[in-house]
Amino acid sequence: MAEKFLMPKLSPTMEEGQISRWVINEGDDFSAGDTLAEVDTDKATMEMTALTGGTLLKVIKPAGSTAALGETIAITGKKGEDITALLAEASSNGSEKKAPAEPKEPAPVAAAAVASTAEVSAPVATSTSKAGNGRVIVSPIAARMAADNGVDLRAVIGSGPNGRIIKRDIEAALAGGGSSGSGRVAFTPSTVVGASAYNDEPTSQMRRVIASRLAESIGPVPTFYLTTEIEMDNALDLRRAINASVPDEQKISVNDIIVKVAALSLVKHPYVNASYQGDKIRFYEQPDIGIAVAIDEGLITPVVRGANLKGFVEIGAEIRDLAAKARSKKLLPEEYTGATFSISNLGMFGIKEFTAIINPPEAGILAVGNAVPTAVVREGAVVVRNIMNVTMSCDHRVIDGATGAKFLQTFKQMLEQPAMMLV
Amino acid sequence: MAVLTIRDALNEALREEILRDENVFVMGEEVAEYDGAYKVTRGLWKEFGDKRVVDTPITELGFAAVGVGAAMAGLRPVIEFMTWNFSILASDQIINHAAKMLYMSGGQFKVPIVFRGPNGSAFQVSSQHSQALEAFYANFPGLKVVMPSTAADAKGLLKSSIRDDNPVIFLEQERMYGLKGEVPEGDDFIIPLGLADIKREGTDCTIVARSMTVPLALQAAEKIQAEFDVSVEVVDPRTIKPLDIDTIVGSVQKTNRLVIAEESHEFASVGAEITYQVMDRAFDHLDAPIKRVSTAETPMPYAKNLEAAALPSVEKIIAAVKDVCYL
Amino acid sequence: MPKTATSTKKVSAKAGLNGSAAKTTQSVKANGSSADDGSYFDLELAKAEYAARRDSQLRSIKTIDKKLLREMLYQMVLGRRFEEKCAEVYRMGKIGGFCHLYIGQEAIAIGSMMALEPSDMVITAYRDHVQAMVKGLSPESVLAELYGKEGGCVKGKGGSMHMFSQEHQFYGGHGIVGGQIGVGTGLGYAAKYKATGQVVLCFFGEAAVNQGIFHESLNMAQLWKLPVIYICENNHYGMGTSQERAMSIRNIAKKAESYGMANEFVDGMDVMAVREATLRAIDRARNESMPTLLEVRAYRYMGHSMSDPGNYRTRDEIARYQERDPILLFKDTLKAAKVLSDKEFDKIEQEAAAAVERAVEFAENSPYPSESELLTDVLV
Repeated sequence: MAEKFLMPKLSPTMEEGQISRWVINEGDDFSAGDTLAEVDTDKATMEMTALTGGTLLKVIKPAGSTAALGETIAITGKKGEDITALLAEASSNGSEKKAPAEPKEPAPVAAAAVASTAEVSAPVATSTSKAGNGRVIVSPIAARMAADNGVDLRAVIGSGPNGRIIKRDIEAALAGGGSSGSGRVAFTPSTVVGASAYNDEPTSQMRRVIASRLAESIGPVPTFYLTTEIEMDNALDLRRAINASVPDEQKISVNDIIVKVAALSLVKHPYVNASYQGDKIRFYEQPDIGIAVAIDEGLITPVVRGANLKGFVEIGAEIRDLAAKARSKKLLPEEYTGATFSISNLGMFGIKEFTAIINPPEAGILAVGNAVPTAVVREGAVVVRNIMNVTMSCDHRVIDGATGAKFLQTFKQMLEQPAMMLV
Repeated sequence: MAVLTIRDALNEALREEILRDENVFVMGEEVAEYDGAYKVTRGLWKEFGDKRVVDTPITELGFAAVGVGAAMAGLRPVIEFMTWNFSILASDQIINHAAKMLYMSGGQFKVPIVFRGPNGSAFQVSSQHSQALEAFYANFPGLKVVMPSTAADAKGLLKSSIRDDNPVIFLEQERMYGLKGEVPEGDDFIIPLGLADIKREGTDCTIVARSMTVPLALQAAEKIQAEFDVSVEVVDPRTIKPLDIDTIVGSVQKTNRLVIAEESHEFASVGAEITYQVMDRAFDHLDAPIKRVSTAETPMPYAKNLEAAALPSVEKIIAAVKDVCYL
Repeated sequence: MPKTATSTKKVSAKAGLNGSAAKTTQSVKANGSSADDGSYFDLELAKAEYAARRDSQLRSIKTIDKKLLREMLYQMVLGRRFEEKCAEVYRMGKIGGFCHLYIGQEAIAIGSMMALEPSDMVITAYRDHVQAMVKGLSPESVLAELYGKEGGCVKGKGGSMHMFSQEHQFYGGHGIVGGQIGVGTGLGYAAKYKATGQVVLCFFGEAAVNQGIFHESLNMAQLWKLPVIYICENNHYGMGTSQERAMSIRNIAKKAESYGMANEFVDGMDVMAVREATLRAIDRARNESMPTLLEVRAYRYMGHSMSDPGNYRTRDEIARYQERDPILLFKDTLKAAKVLSDKEFDKIEQEAAAAVERAVEFAENSPYPSESELLTDVLV
């Protein structure tokens, strides 16, 4: 029997997904476990696999289109099955999303008998049946009738208060084969603003999440910034020494050293490896450091866990692997969630100093600039040293000025005197 | 069938039960020589004398207690409160004694007593004489609570209450004493406690009404039928405790919409209890949130217009029905 | 016409505790120091009265069946030992909730109730263990009730304050101060209505006299001529508040005059005085269908309940009352009248101790009530 294939939940925070490509084509057979499509979620591109075998009869959401969780994206079944009814539902489903409410007054319904389906035609409704959070509002009996009769509530426009789908709406849907879509005109807003033209591109899932997370941070998180200069010559010597002794594929970066040093410092400063959670402060036992990785569409922070216990080579290999996955959008949710602290390094872009925005619920993020050969005075003489500026953004609800400063002190000391890592 | 007022139907019930059982007696203020403050006991003292129809001092706590003790020792007292407002003075005996005696004596002492009288508002008698106390008494295990709305129900339910072995709170309504209705004849006519009655059949919306709101709900139903072609079912639980929730749920399963009309105050009312039970038993059948029409959260005002504004009315019930029917 | 106690004729008007009850209300002195003020200072007067009636009491006691006298003493001792055991096991956590003990007041229950016929009705307040046993409930069923066990007289549903027995016409222990005065009046109403010939003994403490139900009940009982004997157990303290601090007119017996009701003051430490006064009231109830109010002054040795710190009175005050302990006085009388010997007393003590031990064993071994009992007996 033909079935609707619904948009699955592929990440913990996903509310809708964009089909990035269909792996199989209409008419193709597939078995359980086969990948049908790749879906761009808020964090990564996920493979959408089939739970049972069948044939892809119809693609409803072509590549590039977006579907909410649970929305029909395809119809599957056996070759040659009649899918007209399912298509009708699915198409109303689609038009509902595209057509905003008509801005006219509802037709009077006072004379309509409550139980009469004939007079209560659905298009009189002015509001969509979804609450602001995307939830469908539906009366219990209407929900049950819809379930019993296979009516997709997303395809029904509610005529009750706040767009509540009520019994008569389902009755109308059952009687009239769908209560929405017919005769509705897509609303085209005027786009002329001054003289300039512009192109609208749909906001990607990732960009939306970045926006909401960062706004969330700068809003409720009282942030302050601490900057310090670090003389990196010894750390650079260390890196040279190690890289001279390992094969090419194991060579380490300055950043790998910074990650380990940060992890070691976090262990010594529990208030920095913590999270403000309203009624409690959560202290993490392990430093799990999110490494900001720039990718084409934005950034993502894969997590290096427990770097305090790992060697430089191991850390370096891990970061390379995670970054590669991030760029190909293959990161698994558990690889990019649950960091306890973050590091953003823009040194490779020639950035000398900057501030980064905390990724809640973490309490801090370290913004690392590039190490610049600088003339400094040492023991009365002007000498050249590689100076790196780091700025830590601190959530003041957990980290106080002195707490943050002490953390940076430890961090600085270990980088300037790498032997301190062994102490 | 005879056509009787509710007052005379109650009088018949008392008379028949006094004749039927020598342990039945009626006690209260002005019930005997004066013929009853609202004439429910008219003629009984002349017919049966001091032993069976007993005037009391104005001593509600005292005569309620005498009733409780007499019932424990085997009599079947019918205690009249001139109005239920005065029962609050006697509520220690009703709640702390009558309601608990069976339980705290481990089932040894039953208290077959009826407390009865007019409940709710009357005609501009203001704050201390207009209270509807069904929710108050229904909250206590050990009591049955009965509220008739027609002459036949009044007679049949009062006879059942007198024959019941439990304390029964029998709530009449002063505004309704003169309402006439057909009453089956014969001493054997009784209506069992705990059975609701569908006063009007309908398909689109259920109104649960009791006592004074039953005639209001019936009027509202007719108007809604005429104006909107909406068919309203009116269910009268008749007994508040034990509540015939099955009949109410059955009706809601049919109509998917429920309005509760009641004379008591809104907060923690019997309507609130019915709302919960319907939600619990028939959630999947509801097409709209349940609406209540209750008395305003205020002591009863005296002024005629304010009193009317505080009380349930046909118009308020119609508005609630329109609400739940999305009209 | 209401009568007052006959026993007062033998003492001087000045010393007569209830003498003023026979007079008019004007005789009450405002300063509270008069002989009838109900305070602890009338102890000396009580002693004088007791001494004055002792000879006649010794003579009359010889006319009473020795078995009855022995049973009276046994019930007093049993009540005492039972309540002492309650205090002991309460402190061990065997008894929950409130627990009001009767120690010191035994002469009232025994003196009055053992003058009744078995079919007569008794109703009392929450200090009800001893009344229940005197009415015929077994110590086992009372203690098991205190333990909250299935073998309790009300199946563990009532506890200390709610002992009942239909079989023994014991209409309960009631927990609302004064509530049972009205219910007891109703019991009398039923007895009269059905002409059963029963009388009702209705016990309450002196603090209940301040409740409206006391006055409402006495009014109706006298108005309707009900066979009810109202026994006010005046132990001087309503919980921790002394009668002096709570009652404008402390002569409680006299309050019956407001309703034209017969009344007597009785020495509640003297079981024979209680018995005689009750017999007079029973006669009035049974043969004239008229009520009586008896004010019986006793003293509660223990706190109001087990949770009473007792800081409203002194050890000395308690000790002075204990000199007139009702069991000591009764033993003294029985011995002086040569009714019972020391040997007999010892035997009674042993029997009572054994009965209490049996009760403990029964209560300990009785199972807790089945959970299915929770919802039974709510309605018939």
